Amino acid sequence: MTWALDHLDQIFTLAVQHVWLAGLPLLIGLVISVPLGWLATRKEWLRTGLLTVTGLLYTIPSLALFILLPPLLGTKVLDPANVIIAMSIYTIALLTRTVADGLGAVDTSTRQAAVAMGYSTFGRFRAVDLPLAIPVVAAGLRVAAVSNVSIVSVASLIGISQLGYFLTDGYARSFATEVWVGILACLVLALIFDLVIQLLARVLTPWTRVTA
Amino acid sequence: MIRFEGVTKKYGDGSGGETVAVNNLTLEAPTGRITVLVGPSGCGKTTTLRMVNRMIDPTSGVISIDDRDTAELPLAELRRGIGYVIQHAGLFPHRTVLDNVTTVPRLLGTDKKTARLRAMELIERVGLDPDLAKRYPAQLSGGQQQRVGVARALAADPPVMLMDEPFSAVDPVVREQLQNEFLRLQSELGKTILFVTHDIDEAVKLGDQVAVLRVGGTLAQLASPAELLADPVDDFVAGFVGRDRGYRALQFAAAPELELTREPTVTLGATASEVRAVGQPWVLCVGDHGEPMGWVRARAVTGEVTRDLLQRGGTVASSQGSLRAVLDAALSSPSGRGVVADAEGRFAGTIRASEVVPVIEARQQSLAERADAAAPALQGETTPA
Repeated sequence: MTWALDHLDQIFTLAVQHVWLAGLPLLIGLVISVPLGWLATRKEWLRTGLLTVTGLLYTIPSLALFILLPPLLGTKVLDPANVIIAMSIYTIALLTRTVADGLGAVDTSTRQAAVAMGYSTFGRFRAVDLPLAIPVVAAGLRVAAVSNVSIVSVASLIGISQLGYFLTDGYARSFATEVWVGILACLVLALIFDLVIQLLARVLTPWTRVTA
Repeated sequence: MIRFEGVTKKYGDGSGGETVAVNNLTLEAPTGRITVLVGPSGCGKTTTLRMVNRMIDPTSGVISIDDRDTAELPLAELRRGIGYVIQHAGLFPHRTVLDNVTTVPRLLGTDKKTARLRAMELIERVGLDPDLAKRYPAQLSGGQQQRVGVARALAADPPVMLMDEPFSAVDPVVREQLQNEFLRLQSELGKTILFVTHDIDEAVKLGDQVAVLRVGGTLAQLASPAELLADPVDDFVAGFVGRDRGYRALQFAAAPELELTREPTVTLGATASEVRAVGQPWVLCVGDHGEPMGWVRARAVTGEVTRDLLQRGGTVASSQGSLRAVLDAALSSPSGRGVVADAEGRFAGTIRASEVVPVIEARQQSLAERADAAAPALQGETTPA
């Protein structure tokens, strides 16, 4: 406890790093998954192809991705961009299916009404399908957020500093307190992400909270 | 006017063969009238409807609206000019009632304020409380949602409306209300309406003309409801139109001037002796404005006439209604005397079934004579070569 209080500054700095490395990829991943998920709802073969490929992405071990990306992208090994790109890939892997499912779950009669009223394909997507998919997409985003917070900590093995540093450093020094602080900080961070996403989804979907 | 000319829709069945959903359909839905497409499942009625706004493209044939080929109109323009109402209303769950109704005007570029003013008018016009405008669809009953669906379809004041079983998913009482209000609305608006249903009673009630389709998508008969009931063209139509045709056809026979029996009535609170003074086993009880409330069995009154004592099984016919309603009033009345009310809903008199039947027979007689009178003229003509 006293160790944690003595290192508050460091915990805070690393936590901010962690938020960037886990949070920015959520936004990037979301922006890329939405059009991908939409494409997946257009044609059956596109759906099969896209969901298989994005699903497989998630099976690449994170450490391997952190190591493989620099030579592929021409970045420096210690560049945080590697982590951000890797985490974005994982986010896309998780979100594409969710977005496709969310867009596909719009009630048939609602969709038919939208078509019959003369919405263009894009107009319908923007005005009807996407807003109605928000609850499902938000659920996927929560999973991705927790997963990102957890996977980012692995990046300390390649020297990118964030809360994972406490795990590797604590392990190297056989200092359990430090490991526990790292774990707890990650947990709190994941909870905060989760709450923020829930809150946003709530604000964006007032119609889901009405009672008949 | 919506015109179908030799319209066919075929679907591949995936193994080289094809299914014909609509077969060489030629049909005209006149301007300002309700044309009902009715038939069993698989008769292609919904496919026919959806070909009008090109949610389905015909395999061959031409569909035109006011002599403009729909295939040549820009899709968005075509659809925004056609009101569309479907079974489960298909409201946008994420938009308030008001925003649902303003959808098409907004798509057409009407500014928000104008669109909303017009929407509020329509919301009231379809019989909804204006307070509901701010609610979401999930907060409404099925019947209310369907009314919003109708208001939304009317919002841009389209000349043409397509309605696909709009009243099928609500309970029978609400359905009848919606049907009656729909007819009232149509008498004010005069839209050109194509209406799909599987329910022949609904078809006969709402249609100015009824097109009966058979499985395989061919037109079996196109006729006015009265003609359809009186003269089904073949066994299929006869079977589909169903039993009780003779009785149901009476709904198109306006009641002539009827000889009603005036009779003494009582009001709520009348004493037992007042009721017995009438001298009938059943006495009619009327309300403050003379409206019939129900029959009272004289022997059952011990203190005074209360609501509990009223027998409400009898229907009330309007003196301006149909012979069917008059006969039904007589048949359903516990006293055997059918209650007839005037145009203002006040009790006008009673009539027995035995008195209605001669009226019906006289009507049939005059119809037959008119047909006979028309026939010789036709025989005299020679068939043109």
